[in-house]
Amino acid sequence: MVLIHILVSFLLGTGLFFTFVGSIGLLRFPDFYTRLHATGKCDTLGAGLIILGLLVYHFFHYTETPLIPTKLVFLIFFIFIANPTATHALMKAAYQIGIKPWRLGEKRQ
Amino acid sequence: MISIFLATGILISIAIGLSLYRVVKGPGIFNRTAAVNIIGTKTIALLVVMGYYFERPYFFDIALLYAMINFIGTLVFAKYLEKGNLWS
Amino acid sequence: MRKEERLFAIILTFFIMALFWILLSGKFDAFHLISGLISCLIVAFLSHDLLVTKKTQKKLLKSVRLVRYIPWELWQIVLANIDVAYRVLHPKMPIDPRIIEFETSLRGEFSQVTLANSITLTPGTITIWVEPERGKFCVHAIAKEPADALLVDQTMQKKVAHVFMEG
Repeated sequence: MVLIHILVSFLLGTGLFFTFVGSIGLLRFPDFYTRLHATGKCDTLGAGLIILGLLVYHFFHYTETPLIPTKLVFLIFFIFIANPTATHALMKAAYQIGIKPWRLGEKRQ
Repeated sequence: MISIFLATGILISIAIGLSLYRVVKGPGIFNRTAAVNIIGTKTIALLVVMGYYFERPYFFDIALLYAMINFIGTLVFAKYLEKGNLWS
Repeated sequence: MRKEERLFAIILTFFIMALFWILLSGKFDAFHLISGLISCLIVAFLSHDLLVTKKTQKKLLKSVRLVRYIPWELWQIVLANIDVAYRVLHPKMPIDPRIIEFETSLRGEFSQVTLANSITLTPGTITIWVEPERGKFCVHAIAKEPADALLVDQTMQKKVAHVFMEG
């Protein structure tokens, strides 16, 4: 049982690390397009890993309700498909409006 | 194990607070829309963690529904900002 | 055979919706089952042509190859996030963003969507727009190495073309 607790803690810790990296990238990067890079990739994986850790915890602690992990698997699939699509839609809208991307050596926006 | 879930929930809330700075400051509407999308994704993870902490299984349905609302909301915003109105 | 295809589409949509209902609710008493079946019937009548389109023959082979493509994709996602984490946490922030365009040989809608999703989930690139007739992609890259991995190596285009048999 202690081994399962260590595995769940490791998965939750890695998920939290990537979530924080996504937030720090949102603050540090100099331009809208680069900020979308940081959040659209790291935040998706961070949320996915946290939910995966809770899935493992459910299998070894509450074994009498087998339908709840199905909902969590749907949630992970949905996040992995929906977040990049929303990122792409925002970037396409910004490009058509005419926001200029940032090159190396310019001022922060 | 239960106290680890509480610590995870508090840390996710701190990450949401960091993203709130970009909502307030971001010059223009695009930065703010992206930051609100990120807060929505973190809220889904927070709802699932709190569902296990308080031992209520109905939080997962709310998380699934909020994921869909967040996705559709961001797509509608992007389409409106690109074309000026929502129908062709 | 428009009428036969419509009937098949309605029945297939009804069964998929009923499966999702039973899987997500978990209750098997009379009230929930009957209200679920009525809701699935109404949804199947209203939107059956969204789920089942005309060409449903080669889809079995494509689904099998898609399932084998997914583990390689997950490994690329993990690599991508380690790369972005390195660029965010480094004190000097080594980024050098640029916009590139390239053409592919994919013409079908679903294959172009899969390639755009894979480009958005891999290290350092996000799709900006896709031109559906000529298969042209415009991509924003965050540094020189991910841009080269898409322009020069072209591993991802070859893998997606193999899954969908170049279509």
